[in-house]
Amino acid sequence: MSLIIPLHQIKEEDREQFGGKAFSLAILSRIGMNVPDALCVKTEAYKQFVNFAGLRERILLEVNRKNFQEMRWEEMWDAALRIRNMFLQTPIPSEIAEALRSPIEERFKDKAVVVRSSAPGEDSSQASFAGLHESYINIRGTEAILEHVRLVWASLWSDAALLYRQELGLDIEKSAMAVLIQEIVNGERSGVAFGKNPNDGSQSVIEAVYGLNAGLVDGTVEPDRWLLDRATGKILRHIVPNREKWMISSGEGTHLEALPVDQASVPPLTVGEVERIFGLTIRVEKEFGTPQDVEWTLKADALYLLQSRPITALSSKTAGDKRPWYLTLRRSFENLKALRKRIEGQLIPAMVDEAECLARQDWTALSDIQLADEIARRMDIHGRWVAIYWSDFIPFAHGMRLFGQFYNDTVRPEDPYEFMDLLGSGQLKSLERNQGLEEMASMVREDRSLALSLKEFKTDEDEGFGRMLDEFIRKFGDLSCSIGEEIQCSQGREGIFRLLLEMAAHPPAKQKMEPRRVEYLTASFLDRFEEEQRGFASELLDLGRASYRLRDDDNIYLGRIEKQMVAAMDEGRRRLEKQGRIKGDVTDPKELIEALKSPRYLPKTRLSIEKVEIASELKARQIVGQPAGPGIAKGKARVILSSSDLLNFKSGEILVCNAVEPNMTFVVPLSAGIIERRGGMLIHGAIIAREYGIPCVTGIPEATSQIQTGNQVTVDGYLGIVTIG
Amino acid sequence: MEKTSQLKKFLKDLFSSQRLAVLATQSKRQPYGNLVAFMATDDLKHLLFATTRATRKYANISKNPRVAMVMDNRSNQEADFHQAAAVTATGVVKEVEGSEKEPLLRLYLSKHPYLKDFVSSPTCALLKMNVETYYVVRQFQNVMELHIKK
Repeated sequence: MSLIIPLHQIKEEDREQFGGKAFSLAILSRIGMNVPDALCVKTEAYKQFVNFAGLRERILLEVNRKNFQEMRWEEMWDAALRIRNMFLQTPIPSEIAEALRSPIEERFKDKAVVVRSSAPGEDSSQASFAGLHESYINIRGTEAILEHVRLVWASLWSDAALLYRQELGLDIEKSAMAVLIQEIVNGERSGVAFGKNPNDGSQSVIEAVYGLNAGLVDGTVEPDRWLLDRATGKILRHIVPNREKWMISSGEGTHLEALPVDQASVPPLTVGEVERIFGLTIRVEKEFGTPQDVEWTLKADALYLLQSRPITALSSKTAGDKRPWYLTLRRSFENLKALRKRIEGQLIPAMVDEAECLARQDWTALSDIQLADEIARRMDIHGRWVAIYWSDFIPFAHGMRLFGQFYNDTVRPEDPYEFMDLLGSGQLKSLERNQGLEEMASMVREDRSLALSLKEFKTDEDEGFGRMLDEFIRKFGDLSCSIGEEIQCSQGREGIFRLLLEMAAHPPAKQKMEPRRVEYLTASFLDRFEEEQRGFASELLDLGRASYRLRDDDNIYLGRIEKQMVAAMDEGRRRLEKQGRIKGDVTDPKELIEALKSPRYLPKTRLSIEKVEIASELKARQIVGQPAGPGIAKGKARVILSSSDLLNFKSGEILVCNAVEPNMTFVVPLSAGIIERRGGMLIHGAIIAREYGIPCVTGIPEATSQIQTGNQVTVDGYLGIVTIG
Repeated sequence: MEKTSQLKKFLKDLFSSQRLAVLATQSKRQPYGNLVAFMATDDLKHLLFATTRATRKYANISKNPRVAMVMDNRSNQEADFHQAAAVTATGVVKEVEGSEKEPLLRLYLSKHPYLKDFVSSPTCALLKMNVETYYVVRQFQNVMELHIKK
């Protein structure tokens, strides 16, 4: 049986073998539409590849590592990353490669092509998989084409594809992928057209850019947009963008360039051409019976249809599930560069200023009512920064992912996380804080009388140590804020003293990452590229590093704002205590505000932390999460439920927590291993664990309920397994 | 996390879908394993199986009644690695005698009617394992322990 056939030979009964995209194009080609010449690789080739190479069960083991519903988006990305690496590490067996090679060679010997996904079920009217799988533009040469066929196969297991298949109830075990190899049409103008506007059913939408439409599809190039009356084709509105860039073919792949000035002032389409494209959408809709979303390009006045799929709205099944939102965070390089500029140039400095400005404020002169207003104002400020954290900082984490994928595609390392070693440069804010602690601990280690006075919670303010401690607290706080869900800041200096004594009782922990290894990896990565591409690779690495640093630092900066909110609350609490109106701990700022404003109001106090009842009958013995820091560790667990758990931390214990909050990283050097409820390789805790070379497993939702302080636990950071008892 | 009732239902379904289990006994510090036709009681407290008294397993149990039994739903396909579940039960075995024998034998034969002649023989013993713990392995590496109350 042939594994690859020309597009026009695809028949009705072959639909399952070729996927919706290839099948639609075959129909359009048959009715005489202008469709680029193409070959289609059957799903059978994919199946043979994964079976023959033993990948099938490896993929399913990875996907079934844990209950899918319990997986966070970061864990899904990790699973996708590991699966993609399996594909990158597995050559196409020679029998299959042979069967594909000669038809490709014959048809596309010297021609550049686009390698597109065409998954069965992908473009049906119930399931729009638009953009979930990869397409590669401007690929030349049989071997390079085969290489990209493999990458398109791998994209069947992208994080987004995994989530959507699950949402639609498609059977992951039966997933397969066909691939379309289409001759590239280097159009001068390109775009997409929606036969029916998803936001207004009476309209059609046509979008157009200069150059290739890759820039439009990934959001890098803003298009001209025309809204048309769907019934008459009359143009209702033309939305003109700031035309600055265009995407063109160059060497291998595509390149974004500044748009020549004379084109920037002229819309890419004339009114006649807009009407012509509208006509195309109507014709395609007639053929398929439903409104279509088509990609087109214009070359020397010939209009080509590149792909067509039914328009679908996303199902509402995922209401309340935040994961689909995260998946929309995939950003292009250009978009991330702009985001970085905004974060580093505006947001972080503004955040630092805001925190400092708040810190300078003197509230001793404020009345209780004014203090209540101040607490409310600080809550607003904090809320505003939390919103920015979600809208700007979290999406910027994609910089690491973008670099990671690029690194794995080019270097093909055995360890899919090797790229993290290049990103870690040891300049994280929380590591800086840990160094500060270590400096103080070493003073305690060498000075017995200092150690004795710390045991009695005393320090001499004038001495070197006292000054150092003041400076540390001014810079980083007293380490007692922000543990768990509640805001608690009541430990004072005693907590730090206990921690320093514990640190001083043991030799200092060392950061694992050797600068020389980072240098070596960096150099061997950059050496792979020719001059022109090296610039891009180096820029991408720099972006990845910025993203990595920010993943840690943003929390610290946000922590400073939070500290100012908490400081105002502490003042309110102090006043209410003085008036004898608080019994117990009031942690809800709204309660404090209410009590400060109305002298008769008695604020509600915090309920004690609920201990999760462990059923004596049922116990977890071994739980699988995500491997997030290689190595193996055994030790007694210290489960962190409140700040006192943290400050009682003993050297050699296993840190068990919801997530290693940036404000708790100071115990990481003391810990032998880390177990986190939150999952993922790129989360803060995993980053810090990797910096110190500490075995770490993330994504164990049962960790804090099934493990109790004192339990013996084993952390297998290679396989992502936690064993209790 | 999974509730005890959910896990118990899972075990009941698994046990009713399987006929054979691996029984592990030991003698003089030498472990020994063999297949038995098993049946679980509805409360999951006991696992029943039958053997003639001349067998090695019977001799082993007579000397040391502590045993382990493994039940699983593998299909001997590659997919087992992510799909199959395996359960190890540990506990103590006793031979069923007296008034208890008749109802338990009926129960046992309701699952294994083809063993009627075998278990009716005077040389055959019906054995009852009092389960102390079930170790349930799923998704390749996830292990839960269910401790059975006496």
